[in-house]
Amino acid sequence: MAVMTYREALNLALREEMRRDPSVFVMGEEVGLYEGAYKVTQGLLKEFGPKRVVDTPIAESAFTGIGIGAAVLGLRPVVEMMTFNFALLALDQIVNSAAKMFYMSGGQYSVPIVIRGPGGPAAQLAAQHSQSMEVYFYHVPGLKVVRPTTPMDAKGLLKSAIRDDNPVIFIEAETLYPVKGEVPEDPDFVIPLGQAIVRREGTDVTVIAYMGMMYRAMEAADELAKEGISVELVDPRTLRPMDVETIIGSVRKTHRAVVVEAGAGFAGMGSEIAAFVTEHAFDDLDAPVERVTGANAPMPYARNLEKLKTPSKDKIAAAIRRVCNANGS
Amino acid sequence: MAITKVVMPKLSEAMETGKIIKWLKKEGDRVQGGDILAEIETDKADVEMEAFGAGVLRKILVSAGEKAPVGTLIGVIAEPAEDIAAALASAPAPAVAAGAGAASSARKDTRPEAAPVPPTAPAPGQPLRPAVVSTPAPAVPAVSAGAVGIPAPALTASTAVATGRVKASPLAKKIAAQTGVDLRLIRGSGRIIRRDVEAATPATVTVATAPVTVAAAPVTAPIVPGVEYEDRPLSQIRAAIARRMPLSKAPVPHFYVTSEVAMDRAWELREELNALEGQPKISVNDFVVRACALALLKHPGVNASFQGESIRVWHRAHIGIAVALEDGLITPVLRDSHAKSLAQIAVEARDLAERARARKLRATELSGATFSISNLGMYDVTEFSAIINPPEGAILAVGSVRRVAVVDDAGLGVGRRMALTLSCDHRVMDGAMGARFLQDVKRLLEEPLRLLV
Repeated sequence: MAVMTYREALNLALREEMRRDPSVFVMGEEVGLYEGAYKVTQGLLKEFGPKRVVDTPIAESAFTGIGIGAAVLGLRPVVEMMTFNFALLALDQIVNSAAKMFYMSGGQYSVPIVIRGPGGPAAQLAAQHSQSMEVYFYHVPGLKVVRPTTPMDAKGLLKSAIRDDNPVIFIEAETLYPVKGEVPEDPDFVIPLGQAIVRREGTDVTVIAYMGMMYRAMEAADELAKEGISVELVDPRTLRPMDVETIIGSVRKTHRAVVVEAGAGFAGMGSEIAAFVTEHAFDDLDAPVERVTGANAPMPYARNLEKLKTPSKDKIAAAIRRVCNANGS
Repeated sequence: MAITKVVMPKLSEAMETGKIIKWLKKEGDRVQGGDILAEIETDKADVEMEAFGAGVLRKILVSAGEKAPVGTLIGVIAEPAEDIAAALASAPAPAVAAGAGAASSARKDTRPEAAPVPPTAPAPGQPLRPAVVSTPAPAVPAVSAGAVGIPAPALTASTAVATGRVKASPLAKKIAAQTGVDLRLIRGSGRIIRRDVEAATPATVTVATAPVTVAAAPVTAPIVPGVEYEDRPLSQIRAAIARRMPLSKAPVPHFYVTSEVAMDRAWELREELNALEGQPKISVNDFVVRACALALLKHPGVNASFQGESIRVWHRAHIGIAVALEDGLITPVLRDSHAKSLAQIAVEARDLAERARARKLRATELSGATFSISNLGMYDVTEFSAIINPPEGAILAVGSVRRVAVVDDAGLGVGRRMALTLSCDHRVMDGAMGARFLQDVKRLLEEPLRLLV
C-alpha cells in the first residue's frame, strides 16, 4: 500500500478506470488545461487527450445534460462540479433526467454517470460555497450518493461509482484533498457502494459520522476514552443506499447512538438515521438518539462564526456524554 | 380546595394488601404534595408513600402496624374548614385501585380515575359486557403486563384514566420485563436506564463472583476429602424465578386437580401424522396445547386473572409454554393458540422453544400469557404440580406418557396413560370448574380427532 493524499487517490482512481475502460471520460470546468480547480484531474489531459478530458463553458446544466446523454448512449462520463454548490444549476438534469431515465424508459436506458466534486463546509468559503449538498440528492429515488472520508475510500468508492450503472453523486471535500492515508495501488481494488465501515470499535455509544465530522468524532472519542467512555465510530460512506444493517448492529451492541452532520439538522441525515434506529432497534435503546448538527443558518464568512456554526469536537463530546448519562445528570 | 382521599397504593402486580409501617404525618399536620405521608410494607419492599394533594391530614383511618387491602381509604387530606364526611363515608368500601405514580407514590384524587388501558371496542364476536372488557390486552407493551404491572383497572363507564407512567428507556423496560424487576420501585435519574435496572437486580452482581467453596474440615471428614459445598452466584434468571415464585405461591391460594388420560389413540394419531411427508413433526405437548386451547375457549373461567376488584376473563387463549434452560426456566407465549391448527402450534412452539434456548426471544413473546403449560414428560415424571405464574389463573402440569397395565372390558391389557395436574387460583375458580375443564381436556385427548376438526 502506498501513502498518498485524498486528491492523489481520486486522480489514481480516474486514471485506472480510464485506462481500464475506454468509455470513461471526464468533463467539466477547468478539468483539462488547468488540470482541475483542485488538481484532481492533474495529468489526465496529457495521458488521455482532449476527447476524453473535456473542458466546458461555465454552464453546469448544459454539460451535465451532455453527460447524461452520453451515458444513455453507452459512455461512462465523470462530470466534475468545480464545487458541488454549482450542481444546483444542474438540479433539473440530475433529478429529473439522470435519476428517472431508467424508470421512465421501463429499464431501456440506464445512466451510468458520476457527478463529482467537493462540497460541505471548508475554510471561509462563505454561505454559497459551504453547503452540505448531499441532502439535496439523497432524497431522490434513482440516485446513489457517496461521501468518502479517507483517501482509501476516495479511490475504492470512486472506482465503484464509475463502474455502477446508475447515476452516482460523489461529493468530496476541499479540506480533505490534502489529507494523507494508505491507499491500495491494486487497480482491482474497489469498495462496494452501500457498505458502511466501523472505523473504531467501542462498547458504550455508536457515533455515526462522515467526512470532516468523522475526524472530529475521532478526536472526541480519544478524549472520551480517557473518561472511560468507549465510542464506536461508524462511517456510512455511501449515504444512499445506506447500510442500515451495520448501523443497527452497532447500536444493538452499544445501546446508544449519536449522529454528527455538518449541515443544518432539520430533515438531515441525522433525522433519517434516528428514524430507522428507532424503527429497527427501539427496544435496544437506552437513550434517545442524539443529533449534533450544523446551526440552522447560512454559513458565515467570518472565521469565528464559521467555527460556531459547525459541530466541534467539544459539541460532539458533550452529546456523547449526555447520551451516556455521564454528565452527572 | 379539593378533598384528597389517600388510598392504599397498589405497588406491585401481586400486591393485595399493604401494611402501614408508620405514619410520618399525624392528624392535623399540614402537608404539601410530594411530602412523604407514610411508609408502607408491600410484598416486595418498604415504600414511601407520597401525598398528592395539599392541605391538612384530617383523618388517619388505618393506623401504623395495620394492614389494608389495596384501594382502601386510609386517610383524608383537606382544608380544616372542609366537610370530609362524604369522603369518610366511602371508607369501608375500597376505593378504586389507585395507580402508583413514579417510584413510590400513592394516588389520591377527587378527580375521576380511570383504567390504564382506555376501554376500547370489543373484539368482533365478543359480546358487550357490563364489566369492562378490553380488546385483547396482551398486545400492550410487555412492560405494562407482568413486570411493571400497572394497577388493575377497576372501571365503570364514568371512571377516567390515572396511570402512573414510568419513564424508562426501551432497553431498561426490556431488561426489567425479562428479569421481573418492577420499574416502579426503581428510582432513576430522570429516565430509568439499563444501569438502574441492573443495580436493582441483585443477581447482576456478575463481577465474576467465583463460587465460594469450603473445604471439609480434615478432622471430621476422613473418608471424602475435598470440597464440602460451594456457593454459586444466582444467574439473573434464577434470581428472577426466586423473586417471583414466592409472589405466586404465598398470595395465590393454589388448589390442584389431577386426572389420568388414556393416550393410546392420541399416540397412534400422532404416529400417523408424523409419518405424513411434508408435515411438521408434532409432539405430545402440541396435542396438549391444542386440547387446552380448545378447552379454554369453552371454559373461559379458567382462562382468567384475579384483579382484586374483578376477574378478567380472557376470550383468547395465549398459552405460555414452559421451556427449561440450563440455569432456569422461561415461558414463551403462543398467542391465540385457540385459532391455530395442530401443525401451526407444532411449528410455532418449536420455534419459540428453540429461540428461548438461544435467548433470542423478544420481550413481547414472554408476556401476556393467559394460561400456562409445564411439561416434564421427557424426564419420566409420573406427575407433578406446578406453581401458577400470576396473573394467570391456572397452569397445567403434564407428566410422561407411560405404558401401564390397564383393566378394561376385554380384561387386562397394556395402555398408554398420562397424568395431568391443573393448579388453580382459588380466588378465580373453584374445584368443580377446574375439574370440568380438565375433563374436557381429557376428552379432547382421548378422542383426538376432535383436535383436528
